[in-house]
This record gives sequence, C-alpha cells and structure tokens, in this order.
Amino acid sequence: MTDQDRWLLPEGIEELLPPLSGRVEALRRRLLDLYRGWGYELVAPPLIEFVESLLPGMGRDLDLQTVKLTDQLTGRLMGVRADLTPQVARIDAHRLRREVPVRLCYLDRVLRTRPEAFGGSRSPLQVGAELYGHAGVESDVEILCLMLETLELTGVPDVHVDLGHVGVYRGLVAAAGLDEAQEAALFDAVQRKALPEIDALLTGFGVRGAAREALAGLAEWNGGGDCLDAAQAALDGLRHGVPEALAELRAIAAALSARRPGVPLYFDLAELRGYYHYQTGVVFAAFTPGSGREVARGGRYDGIGRVFGRARAATGFSADLEPLVEWSAAAADEPARGIFAPWSDDAALQTRVRELRAAGERVIWELPGQTGDAAAMGCDRRLVARGGRWLVEPV
Amino acid sequence: MSLDLTIAVSKGRILQEALPLLARAGIVPEEDPERSRRLILPTGRAGVRLVVIRAADVPTYVQYGAADLGIAGKDVLLEHGGAGLYEPLDLGIARCRMMVAGLPGATPAPPTRLRVATKYVTTARRHFAAQGRQVETIKLYGSMELAPLVGLAHCIVDLVDTGGTLKANGLVPLELIAEISSRVIVNQAAMKMKHDPVKALLAALADAAGVPATASGGRAGAGGGG
Repeated sequence: MTDQDRWLLPEGIEELLPPLSGRVEALRRRLLDLYRGWGYELVAPPLIEFVESLLPGMGRDLDLQTVKLTDQLTGRLMGVRADLTPQVARIDAHRLRREVPVRLCYLDRVLRTRPEAFGGSRSPLQVGAELYGHAGVESDVEILCLMLETLELTGVPDVHVDLGHVGVYRGLVAAAGLDEAQEAALFDAVQRKALPEIDALLTGFGVRGAAREALAGLAEWNGGGDCLDAAQAALDGLRHGVPEALAELRAIAAALSARRPGVPLYFDLAELRGYYHYQTGVVFAAFTPGSGREVARGGRYDGIGRVFGRARAATGFSADLEPLVEWSAAAADEPARGIFAPWSDDAALQTRVRELRAAGERVIWELPGQTGDAAAMGCDRRLVARGGRWLVEPV
Repeated sequence: MSLDLTIAVSKGRILQEALPLLARAGIVPEEDPERSRRLILPTGRAGVRLVVIRAADVPTYVQYGAADLGIAGKDVLLEHGGAGLYEPLDLGIARCRMMVAGLPGATPAPPTRLRVATKYVTTARRHFAAQGRQVETIKLYGSMELAPLVGLAHCIVDLVDTGGTLKANGLVPLELIAEISSRVIVNQAAMKMKHDPVKALLAALADAAGVPATASGGRAGAGGGG
C-alpha cells in the first residue's frame, strides 16, 4: 500500500455518509417501532462469539462465511457473526427459556468472508424478526405479513412473494434413497433448474418410479397456484412428509392471499434457499422489479435451538437494510431546513436556541470568522435581534 | 410492471446457430447483429430486445438482472460457476468438447507439478482436483496451443471442435472434461416476476431446438403462459 491509496476500504466494505446515513437511521427507528407494535422485542447479540455457538451444526456455507480469530484468553476459536439467526436462536433457547411464544427482532451488522451475492456487501446491516415456540402455519403467515410491512415501510414498490417448501425436496430425496454425495449433486442441478442435468443424474443414480417423476418435475413446478395442482397429482402417493409439506404451502398461501390480496404470489418447489443452513419447512423471498435478486427472505427452521438445549419451533425473515434504503430515496430527500444563530453570550439567545431545539428545530451556531453563510451551512432561516427579542427570519 | 424481455447473446458461432432458433420462436433482430455496431437490438417481437456482448460476460449480465435471459456456452457457465442463475434449457447448438490436450503422452506425471495453460482456470483446477492432482494453472487469453510447444506448460485445457488446430501444431487430445453446448440461462428474479413470458419463450425455444421442454419428457405446464 502506498501513501496514495491509504484511503482505500477493503472490497465489499462500505461506510454510510450523509444524507444516506440519516436515512438509514430514520428507517431503523421506524422499523423498530413497527416491530414493537407487533410485540417483537429487540435483542442485540454480541459481535463475536465462540464458533461452536455461531455454527450450531449447520452446513459448511455459514462456516466458510464466518471470519474467525483465536481468543487470546482461552486459545479457543472465535467467529464474527455472519448471520444473526443462530445467535437469536441461542438467546431464545438458552437465555430466555420462556414457555410461551417468543417474538424477537434485531438490527445489527454482520461480517462475511465473501459477499453473499454478486456485488454485495461483506458487512451488511441485517434486520429481521423471529417467532419461536409455534409450529403451525399461522406463525409463518405472521412473519410473512411482517416482512411485507417492513418492505412497505421502506418504500420497496410492487413486492412479489416467492414461496417454496424444503420438505418436498427432502421427502423426495428420502423416497428415492439417495446418499449424501448423490443428493449434493442433485441439489446443485435443482438449484440451477438445469433440467437436462437433473435428468442425466437421476438416470445415473438409477432412481425409478414415482420418486423419479417427482424429482424430475421439481424444477418445472413453478409459477402461479396451478403449478401446485400439477405437483399435487404427482406427489399424492408419496410418503416422507411430501403431501403434508404441499398442504402447508397451500394453507400459508391461502392465508396470505386473504390478508394481502394485492401481493402477487409465485410458487417454486425447487427453491431450496437455506436448505443447507437450517431451513426445515416453508421458505420464502420477496422480489421487486428492478432488482435482480431477492430483497428479503425467510422461512421455518424448527429445531435450531437443539444444540443449545431446547429445540423449539421457529420461523423468521431477514433483509439487508442498506440496499432497501435506496428505495426510500425519493420520499426522504427533502430540502435542508435549519436556523443559523450568531455566536453570543446573551442569555435570552441561549434560552431561545434551547427552546427551538426542544421543539425539534435544527439550530447551528455561527462560529466567529467561519467560512460560509447560513445557506452554505444548510440553514433556511436565521436568528436576528429585533427590539431586544430574538426572532426567526427567513434568510 | 413491464414484462419486456432482454436477451443477452454473444457474437460468433453461438449467435449464428441461435438466430434460426430465435427466429422460429418469433424473435428476429431488426438489424444483422454480426454486422451492426449497435449493442441493443430491437426485434420484430414487441417487448423483446437483444443485447450483444462478449460470451464470457453473458452470465454476469443475466446474474445482475441487466438481461432477463441469455444464451451461453456450457464452457462459460462451468467457469463462471452459474451461481444465482437458472439454466433450464440445452439448445444443443455450438457443440464442442472441453478437453485436456498436449504433446503425445504429456499427462503421465511430470517430475515437477503439472503446469496447465488455459483460459478456463477454474474448470481446469476442478478437473484435475477430481483426479486427486494439484496443478499449477497459467491463465492465457488465446493461442493455447503454443504453450506446450515452447515449454510454458505441460498441457492445455481448451475447447476442441474439429481438432484441426491441435493437429496442425502436433498436439493430441488427452482427456475429455465435458461435452459443451449452448444453454439458455434465466435470471432468478425474472423467472419469478416475468414468469409467463419467460416460460412461453423457453417453451418456444425448446420447440425450435427440438428438445423436450421438461426433464420428464412431458410438456405439462411449460406452455401455460403462452
């Protein structure tokens, strides 16, 4: 590094500057108020913990995404969180230990070894809500509705919801009797909807009968509600929880449509977002035109608390807040308002400034000899002494 | 919401072989893409346009959603990794093979670590790793065949079509890595939010290419949006 590029930030690491920083903070407050109104309590887990608790028996993805360092006190390996969900699960399972349904929300930074998606941040501001202790579809519906309200509040237009269920794929893999390596190869092809490769793999594995038909069809069952009918016909005879998974998906879709009739729903039974992380049931994501990837996502992940001593039903959603703020740009960019006050020891002026600030005004002291007038300091008015009183006048 | 479709294609063999398929699906560019200098080409089909870019850039455009669909060689997809893309259709065009090639008898372990010259660094590394061999890759941008002749590398990993260039330089194909053909790739968000036009186009292209539209051989649901 030369003296000339000392200002460089690492790739994927960003900082917030005005006016964006103000908008993010304003949005943060409004979101936390929204969650409070829904009964979600804020938790702030630590930035860093031992890796065993950050990675409670999850897939390699999260492990590789976690930045690690050695604890100088114990010699144990610590990780900087790459995802808040396992931490919140630990809090529910081990710290709170309540028997009732627990609603928790969070808004904090995470750190990732690599951006999760192309061009993404390595240090996103993750916002999310989790509902523990209820296994029915109703809690999934509540979380979906809260995700939609979050996006509404943010100003994300024209949100589409994508729904899937990892139970369908999981059940089919069990029915076909695939081993771990075969399943990983098939998973990769299914994620890419690479139909010719799926076909070739199933032939190679010697999968036959109804399970074959269903696994081959998986990447085709996407679209409106009618794709579920096509899937139903092919999946009805199968066991391993497949028909139950489909029924859950239908129930969630029906309840969501009743509450949010204007939101377009899209189904995709091959969508296995988070399959290797911790998802166990319904998985969903929100899309908006103009964004090539999802803007929020979530799903059910029952049993995540097992390694912390208490396996509880769990469902939740999360989003990266900073890209969302771009959508709220138009509304938030109002002209600068403020009052410029001359530097003075006058007690009446001091009182007047305190009152104006208490009333929510932005009052800026004019420093003696400073560069720039009221307008340059972002003020549209100034305090002027008239007949022994301090009056606010337009610049 | 706009349901317009943008399709990313690259000049050269893939485009030449894809144009007749696109035409059969009702998509005819208003100018000859091989000769036009415009990068965005409207087509005879309302709401469908082509963007003409470098082959290796096609997955990137589609991944970011700058194009809804693209036509890309499997060689480019293997190298790119294809994360975040759907690749539902093999058009069966621009067929060739990804191969290890070199001087006759080149791959039996050389005394030092095997040096491989290639444009496809990821693919090459993955291929040799699957055999349990760690290799040193040298990234080149063209004329791979030269590398073994001047001692830059022990072998090369490259696309082989007729094998004419290899033969002219005294090289032979040594190992097959993958059969290559062109795939239609789809942006994930486009697949969801522009589902009907995307599915209809996929069905039309599958039809034009004469391949079954679904893995199970049926057509159920594929034409539903048409």
